Amino acid sequence: MAPLLRVSDLRTYYFGFRGTRVVKAVDGVSFSVEAGETFGLVGESGCGKTTTCHSIVRLLAPSARIVSGSIELEGEDLVKKSQAEMRRIRGRRIASILQDPMASLDPLFSIYDQVAEPAYYHQALRGQTLRQRVKELLAAVRIPSPERRMKDFPHQLSGGMRQRVVGAIAQAGSPRIIIADEPTTNLDVTIQLQYLNLLKELQRATSVALIFVTHNLGIVAKMCDKVAVMYAGKIVEMQSVRGLFYRSRHPYTKALLDSIPKLGVKERLYGIPGQPPDLSALPAGCSFHPRCQQVMDRCRIEEPWQHDLNGDGNVRCWLPIDEETAGRG
Amino acid sequence: MDRPLLDVRDLQKHFPVGGALFGKTRGVVKAVDGISFTIKSGETLGLVGESGCGKTTTSKLVLAAEEPTAGTIEFEGRNIAELSRADLQDYRRKVQVVFQDPYSSLSPRMRVGDIIAEPMKAHEALSSAEVRARVTELLELVGLRPDAARLFPHEFSGGQRQRLAIARALSTKARLVVLDEPVSALDVSIRAHIITLLEDIQARLGVSYLFIAHDLAAVAHVSQQTAVMYLGKLVEVADSLELCASPLHPYTKALFAASLPSHPDEPREEIVLSGEVPSALNPPRGCSFHPRCPFVMPRCSEQAPGLSEVSPGRRVACHLYN
Repeated sequence: MAPLLRVSDLRTYYFGFRGTRVVKAVDGVSFSVEAGETFGLVGESGCGKTTTCHSIVRLLAPSARIVSGSIELEGEDLVKKSQAEMRRIRGRRIASILQDPMASLDPLFSIYDQVAEPAYYHQALRGQTLRQRVKELLAAVRIPSPERRMKDFPHQLSGGMRQRVVGAIAQAGSPRIIIADEPTTNLDVTIQLQYLNLLKELQRATSVALIFVTHNLGIVAKMCDKVAVMYAGKIVEMQSVRGLFYRSRHPYTKALLDSIPKLGVKERLYGIPGQPPDLSALPAGCSFHPRCQQVMDRCRIEEPWQHDLNGDGNVRCWLPIDEETAGRG
Repeated sequence: MDRPLLDVRDLQKHFPVGGALFGKTRGVVKAVDGISFTIKSGETLGLVGESGCGKTTTSKLVLAAEEPTAGTIEFEGRNIAELSRADLQDYRRKVQVVFQDPYSSLSPRMRVGDIIAEPMKAHEALSSAEVRARVTELLELVGLRPDAARLFPHEFSGGQRQRLAIARALSTKARLVVLDEPVSALDVSIRAHIITLLEDIQARLGVSYLFIAHDLAAVAHVSQQTAVMYLGKLVEVADSLELCASPLHPYTKALFAASLPSHPDEPREEIVLSGEVPSALNPPRGCSFHPRCPFVMPRCSEQAPGLSEVSPGRRVACHLYN
């Protein structure tokens, strides 16, 4: 059976004035997401995570263009769709939750108007049925007394509540996939936990697939089934969540895991030397080689291709894949 | 018995709210409501709490940028409220700050050398050769090349800018640096660098830190002592490792439960707090945490628990423990 969403060899570039500068923000990204699955997309800022998401919903900045590749949603290639067709897909089949809820909510419309909109357009609900649906959606994201809260405007809600409302809007069109781009970065830790648990519950109830974009490996450990680590526009490693945490193969993944403080452990943290590279002037060979601790001559010249990890994902690295190098946990 | 570098006692800061000019105020926000802690020379106190709990007000009070409503701050044994103008200036030289966002805390119109030199020029009479020598030394200390002094902040990445902010804070030989969420705005791989840099600097110079953050794991990593704050009050103060091993206050427990796991199979006590932090304008009666507390008792809604010592060096404000 075909996966729900299959992204194959996606390349999205940003073009500068008269094509003088080309930024390869997404450069040959492939992954697939099944129904009911949570897929994590991890990486530092500027690695292309967000451009990947914007490519999927086809809401790219005017300077960006999908150069090649395909994005198949239930077998249909979204790259070939017109914007008019995309409007019928966004909100109904793919929904998004963005980082800053205040930026996704319109301050001039009531919560009711904003949650009702997808159901009004995509499911043609009207009157009492629509009202009932909005109430259900708000109750599902645990908004206390939804009947009263519906009349409120975004500024009357707290940060955690606003993000719940965004969650309700994402659910309103009963989508198959929700793309959550750093949805909890602006929330406090205890509210973050509530929100993550809520998303999991909604997923269990509706078997919607989640694409979780984050730089926080803790969120990945808590939420995801499968994880892709992005670096300089490419997926450098993709594995099941346990595979990634216990048998990570790519030096970048290992370095990321070693750089996070663990509770109650005082050992020295490992910082990755250097900076993430400039995407318009990538180093030759493997993009990570200037920062890599295990760099070899080959890495400086030849770009590593994607090696399969016997059925459980893949890695882009020249280091030999054997069990010794993977001794972790 | 060595005296602590900083000794904060029953510190309070209340802000009047509402009421236009000449109007009556509608109430007070008790942003900081009677907190006490000490920081020893060369040590770090971590201050954790969610947004709006009073962490930043505390830092402003310590920096003498706000005047406390009540309570005292003693630095090197002297109450800072009673310092003369000259002594207060000296206090400000010795207590410096690094802010969260290195993009807004460095002037885009000044060269890095001038940014770092500004505090020492304000506080000390130095020749330009001395200033230059010290800027070079500071840049090396934070791991940047000396020729960085000629550049502007926009030529640096977020992590490098935070290094510049640290260099500026250390330029007047500060004894205490207030670090207000110094790594929250940075990428994960850069955070580790800044944390280890701060640790190395402390080992070399013996400077003390007040490390304010909401990431419990990072706070516990950097600091010897950790204080947990909720709605203007400290609810638990303990040795960082002890706190991680056995959090006592229900709020601390919940924070640990909410902190994200370091691997997928990490066991977690599931304490999901219901509701949100109540408004500081109208805090609940009794223990301010009781409406969200999973272990709430009848007493909690009537009487606010005081911070009392449950074992040496460990203070908890909860009726469960006294």
